[in-house]
Amino acid sequence: MAMVQPRNLHYRVWAARIVMIALLCLVMFPFLMIISVSFRTGNFATGSLIPENPSLEHWAMVLGIPYETADGNIVEPTFPVLTWLWNSIKVSLTTSALILTLSTTGAYAFARLRFRLKHHLLTSMMILQMFPAVLALVAFHAFFNKLGGVVPWLGLNTHSALVMSYLGGLTMNIWLIKGYFESIDVALEESAHIDGATPWQAFRHILLPLSVPILAVVFVLSFIGVIGEYPIASVLLQGVDKLTLAVGVKQFLYAQNYLWGDFAAAAVLTGMPITVVFLIAQRYLVSGLTAGGVKG
Amino acid sequence: MTLPANAKSVATGKENGKKNMSTPANAQKLSSGNGPKWALVALIDLALLYVIFLLYAQGEILFPLTLLVLCSIGTWVFTNKAGYCYRYVYPCLLGIIMFIVFPLVYTFSISFTNYGSANILSLERVKEIHLDKQVKTGDQVYRLALYQDNGQYQLQLTDKNDSANVYTSESFTLDGQAKEVAAQPDTSAQGQKLSMRDIVKQRAALGEITVNLHGNSRLVMSSLREFAAMAPQYREEADNVLVDIHTGESIRPDMVTGFYVNVDGEQIAPGFSVYVGGENYQLLLEDKGIREPFFKIFVWTVVFAALSVTLCAIIGLLLANLMQWEPLKERGIYRVLLILPYAVPAFISILIFKGLFNQNFGEINMILEGLFGIEPEWMTNPTFARMMILIVNTWLGYPYMMIVCMGLLKAIPDVLYEASAIDGATPIHNLLFITLPSLAKSMAPILIASFAFNFNNFVLIDLLTAGGPMRPGTSIEAGFTDLLVNFTFRTAFVAGQDFGLASAIATMIFLIVGFISWVNLRATRSSQEY
Repeated sequence: MAMVQPRNLHYRVWAARIVMIALLCLVMFPFLMIISVSFRTGNFATGSLIPENPSLEHWAMVLGIPYETADGNIVEPTFPVLTWLWNSIKVSLTTSALILTLSTTGAYAFARLRFRLKHHLLTSMMILQMFPAVLALVAFHAFFNKLGGVVPWLGLNTHSALVMSYLGGLTMNIWLIKGYFESIDVALEESAHIDGATPWQAFRHILLPLSVPILAVVFVLSFIGVIGEYPIASVLLQGVDKLTLAVGVKQFLYAQNYLWGDFAAAAVLTGMPITVVFLIAQRYLVSGLTAGGVKG
Repeated sequence: MTLPANAKSVATGKENGKKNMSTPANAQKLSSGNGPKWALVALIDLALLYVIFLLYAQGEILFPLTLLVLCSIGTWVFTNKAGYCYRYVYPCLLGIIMFIVFPLVYTFSISFTNYGSANILSLERVKEIHLDKQVKTGDQVYRLALYQDNGQYQLQLTDKNDSANVYTSESFTLDGQAKEVAAQPDTSAQGQKLSMRDIVKQRAALGEITVNLHGNSRLVMSSLREFAAMAPQYREEADNVLVDIHTGESIRPDMVTGFYVNVDGEQIAPGFSVYVGGENYQLLLEDKGIREPFFKIFVWTVVFAALSVTLCAIIGLLLANLMQWEPLKERGIYRVLLILPYAVPAFISILIFKGLFNQNFGEINMILEGLFGIEPEWMTNPTFARMMILIVNTWLGYPYMMIVCMGLLKAIPDVLYEASAIDGATPIHNLLFITLPSLAKSMAPILIASFAFNFNNFVLIDLLTAGGPMRPGTSIEAGFTDLLVNFTFRTAFVAGQDFGLASAIATMIFLIVGFISWVNLRATRSSQEY
């Protein structure tokens, strides 16, 4: 707490408040708008922020319930939004779990064990993580196309191929976990070794339980990263029932078939759980991100 | 691909690579559990070898070779005591090699070929397609009549030259499946003879039928009225040269263009992929219709990334300062609300903006119309489209900068501000002379990483404008808001499907981004030295 306070502090606080509220209006505008649009009647309806004649038709569509319009027509849901959400969650959970397993063991070796090429590996990982996966799409496409000819469940249009191709994103996490492991005192593991524990036992029973916070951060970060990933999924997945949410929702907004209201409901329905997870994990994420940020 | 964790749990305790810890006393006891480990490794190796063999049998070289190398290294690491330390690293390295390094190498190798939608197959496969081609031989032509009886069909074929020569097929169903039906010399067919109109309706299904004539020759539908005997068009000679059996003309593969050509030099589709050397790179540097858009897109990519980073950093830093300002009591609520754009998945917010910025029924233009009477053409005017992209990207990107800055600001000692307050400094003085100099060093790597991220911000552009509006007068499609990655993606997957050229552009981007990350690494190191 600063002890020396300027005299006009009161006015400054109010000025800051007004600026903040104006800014928050700008920031929140898209969210409020989309919630409002999801309750409007029809796909081209315009109007005020609070809908004049609210309707649940878009929500019914998104939840897969056939909807009866005022003139008695039954409208069947166009897209399997809930299937997409499930696909997204399935792929994200599997990927995050695999990334967590691989990067934890990797980070343990980089933080604690001594072996040849360690520093070269760390440096090249740093450079490699900068290459965006979008540029390797041609290779991914060709690779899974050919692999699918031999192992069908790893071919194009399968979720397992998608999960595999996301595994390249683990380098950043290795750095994050490695940094955390290094902050834990080696003495704990050394005393375990004196008592006869193998390195695996020391890792499993001493280091892992101590690192639960960073593991949670890595899990949530990769979960969010995968659920929002769009380019790879759009190339590898083709069938409507196989799509993930990120690829699927785009289909609502084609110029020739512009379903703005249905999109709004789908966006709110699917964006909400992800946002809530993020806000709950936010406190840990902020510390994780800044720790990773400072260490580069 | 990856050996499961339990393979490691039975690992022996006596390892050579680990010198900083004492050798466990009970290591010998643990090594007795090696049986299951060997079985598991052998099982995984067998499965992988099977896949490798199948891939190799398909005529692939690069994929099975990479798999074989990785598989052997894996076996060594998990069975040899000297490889103990690598057991922890191998799984994650495997992921990196398979999904970062290998695609990189593969992309690089594609950039020297003409691999693309017109030349997608291998030479072997193209040869097979040509050898499978059938032509009407002309000596056996039969008029067809189709009879229907309770969903069952029968074909009656009459020799065009000798109308006494009539064959009738067995009954079959027309379900669009390829099938072979036998026919005997016979004039009696069951059911009702179908008119030409009905035959037209069944044309596609009839095209799948092969009639086996008395065991002598096989006929397929050659026109709406006729079935005719078919024979292969080509036979193979040495050096992949194919000879037309009926005309005697030969066609040979042209290893420069990747097509079979006849004596007149005419190309016969489909093409196969061939090595073209540096042609794709040459095209990028010399073809005016490609070079000019490529260069302009490069400039816009740099401008976009630089502006995005600057805008996000300025707004993020100012907000972070405000969030640390103690007199602002309710700043906890502001913080949660300000982080929201970062919390909502980007693909959703970008699409929301796409709808809001819609020229005809978007809410933003409606508000602008009402307030100022203007309706900017966000989607068709290049300048407005770029403005829109920067607005949306700033909205998406400032929370990250704010979070990072908040963490870094905590590290600046309060006494500095105390001292400046005694000297009567204004907040602007504080920002310029205390906050910024203290942050500069630790912010540098973050700014560079953010630049690299925005340099390749594919999702934003693809979902918001898809690169549009398009630039006029280019030989491959290029848009005013395209970033290099979007340009590459379109060249590869949307327009033209020229994988070779796209890989060449991708390789160029690899080099640029590699340079940026190298600079980043240097910056990180120098900041850590302090």
